[in-house]
Amino acid sequence: MNVRLFAFLFAILLGSAASAQDAPEEAAPADRSATGGAQTLEDILRRQEGLPVEDRSGAPAGEAPVSSDQLGTLGGASDSDLWRELRYDTADVTSQIRGPATTTLIQDSGMAWTQFREGPLATYGGYLLLGTIVALFLFYMIRGKIRVYGKKSGQRVTRFKAFERFSHWLLAGSFILLGITGLITLFGRMTIGLFANNPAAYDTAREIYAFIALYSKWVHNNVSWAFMLALIFVFVLWVWHNLPDRTDFKWIAQGGGIIGNAHPPAKKFNFGQKMIFWSVIVLGGSISASGLSLLFPFELPMFAATFDKINAVGVPGWFGFAPLPTDLAPHQEMQLAQAWHAIVSFVLMAIIIAHIYIGSVGMEGAYDAMGSGEVSVEWAEQHHSIWAEKELTMPRKAPASAGATPAE
Amino acid sequence: MKPMLAAFAATALIAVGAYFALNEIAPFSSADRQTGDAVRLD
Repeated sequence: MNVRLFAFLFAILLGSAASAQDAPEEAAPADRSATGGAQTLEDILRRQEGLPVEDRSGAPAGEAPVSSDQLGTLGGASDSDLWRELRYDTADVTSQIRGPATTTLIQDSGMAWTQFREGPLATYGGYLLLGTIVALFLFYMIRGKIRVYGKKSGQRVTRFKAFERFSHWLLAGSFILLGITGLITLFGRMTIGLFANNPAAYDTAREIYAFIALYSKWVHNNVSWAFMLALIFVFVLWVWHNLPDRTDFKWIAQGGGIIGNAHPPAKKFNFGQKMIFWSVIVLGGSISASGLSLLFPFELPMFAATFDKINAVGVPGWFGFAPLPTDLAPHQEMQLAQAWHAIVSFVLMAIIIAHIYIGSVGMEGAYDAMGSGEVSVEWAEQHHSIWAEKELTMPRKAPASAGATPAE
Repeated sequence: MKPMLAAFAATALIAVGAYFALNEIAPFSSADRQTGDAVRLD
């Protein structure tokens, strides 16, 4: 069930219908009346062959039929009943250990989560990042740097004020740190596995990784607050300029001028930049929400409630899935939060790699906008003609000294 | 350039501040939260 759930999350984000088709086939309902609901020899044989086995026993936990008239020390119940109740988290467990989820003694979704994390997540996530880098490299080879054409006048116009640049770099710096430390956490143990054939090198790699992982966790947990703060700053600063308007249609119709030398008219942000902005806000917001859930274990469960709303709309049915589970163990909430956190982060990292490309090597003069905050008039007129016209015709504020009467 | 450097410095400052502030406000780690009064971790 959980593997299918993780596959569903993955399919939503990547828009892949294939994931749905890859989901394991549903096990046929088993007749377990002979064993009072417990597993049968057929179940064991199917499991040994790697075939799907109906997960739950036929009888609800705590209501297993008595298979013997003779009562033992457990009365009509058996050890199997108890283990089954623990297995499905329905046993009435009390614990003197404080904290949430301490009465959940067994939860079996951890293996599916681990397999997803070390399998499809790492594999497809890695391919996504490497594929993005390769695609950008090929694009650069074909298209080259987007140049500012015409004679340069040397005149410059302010593109971003100091606080806008501060907010951008607060977001960028924290995101890069979070991305690197997140990738270390996901791929670190897999990487040291490469040294498994050399015991001495393996031990050294483990020692080094233990040190790096410890500080990566610290950085990831604490730098996240800078990211969330910057996300709020950036949203407040630029949301007005990123609302859709009719210039976007022209930008889309001309393909953003990516191919050829056309420069569709644009205001402060063109449609491509608006897409980056909303990706950062929506995906960054989602990463922050799942990150907060991970920062405060078991305190902010959000998936059961979200699944309930998604089921109410009928979204799983659109992809051919059964309704999503809404009865989740606390640990399942954490596993789903981690999986979602990582999936969305991979997508945002790929988008940001493309953003870094176009803001640096991909376009002449683009870095200046966030570096010095000023761009050449020619750059502004070519890439943001409507904004440039407004800026250049706006009456300039006179220097503070002009017209002032010197104090005597 | 100054806003960029200031942002990087602020990132470090916020991270260190968050670390000490969260420790001061309440124990949030699983190890802290799930420990009974009779158990000492230090």
